[in-house]
Amino acid sequence: MTRNTSLYTGVALLVIYLLFHACQSEQAIRTAQYTVNGQKLFTAHCQNCHGAKGEGLGTLYPPLTDSTFLLKHREQLPCIVKNGGSEMPPNPQLTPIEVAYVLTYIGNSFGNEMGIFTLEEVQQALAVCD
Amino acid sequence: MRKSLFLLVGVCVLAYVAGCNSKTSKTLPILGSRDPITKVVDGKTITDTLYHSIPDFQLLNQDSVLITNELFSKGVYIANFFFTHCPSICPTMQRNLLKVYEKYKGDERVKFLSHSIDFRHDSPSVLKSYAEKLGVTNDQWQFVTGSKAAVYGLSDSYMVYTKEDSNIPGGYDHSGYLLLIDSNRHIRGAYDGTNDEQIQLLLDELAILLKEYE
Repeated sequence: MTRNTSLYTGVALLVIYLLFHACQSEQAIRTAQYTVNGQKLFTAHCQNCHGAKGEGLGTLYPPLTDSTFLLKHREQLPCIVKNGGSEMPPNPQLTPIEVAYVLTYIGNSFGNEMGIFTLEEVQQALAVCD
Repeated sequence: MRKSLFLLVGVCVLAYVAGCNSKTSKTLPILGSRDPITKVVDGKTITDTLYHSIPDFQLLNQDSVLITNELFSKGVYIANFFFTHCPSICPTMQRNLLKVYEKYKGDERVKFLSHSIDFRHDSPSVLKSYAEKLGVTNDQWQFVTGSKAAVYGLSDSYMVYTKEDSNIPGGYDHSGYLLLIDSNRHIRGAYDGTNDEQIQLLLDELAILLKEYE
């Protein structure tokens, strides 16, 4: 009897553990998908100026390795990608999901650890651009 | 028996040394068209080869000074064509050329010449600001502007494609080649400035070309 109880407890714990892990890895898989899609967009739209390693070029084009700056301006980043910055050209052809892809790539490369930029987050940010 | 063994070893060593010596040092070709010319020297008619070379030029640099071929006649130089607000290949090309510049900075045998093909916008002051922001801190790397006819005509001599085209992002179409020019104005190499392997080839061949002047 006690043997059965401990067996059931063990199975229950295992199920909880697996569910938790599946949830975790689902998020991880999603982030990985966004990153892969974002890398292609980065190569096409960003890499010429910002460099393959996000290193920038002199003071002509800023690097994308400044994690502090990126974290501080997280909410403005979708607008900068879409509408351009002080000297950066806009990318009006990028859809919100593509902005999410490319920001997830930048935000999790070059030493940055910003996690995923979801479609919802990007849509909310784009709705309130200056 | 022992004698013939010594002989054998001796021959092997000789062959090895000879093989080593016969490895001729590589020289770079002269690119472009070549024409036979006949001329009279000391009363004899001889045939010589006229190689393609960069013609005379006079262009305004980032300090608003007119520069000519003379500035580049004491060594070799690397030329390219770009414009400051080019959104496509230029940043990658200039990033790569900057690596070569940084390697040879202070070595007066090597100079750099970037021609702007945006004759409307890229005035000397714009070029000056661009050079500073790029990280160019001495006059080894010249940024020049000129009339459309002058610059676009020169690009043909450097075998680089340039064209004003409003359908292209930025308004100008051009190829991203880096040209290695020797002190006789001959093109000795052409490299895709956006390709890392080609940049390595440029570095290797630049070293080979410099050996000609040692």
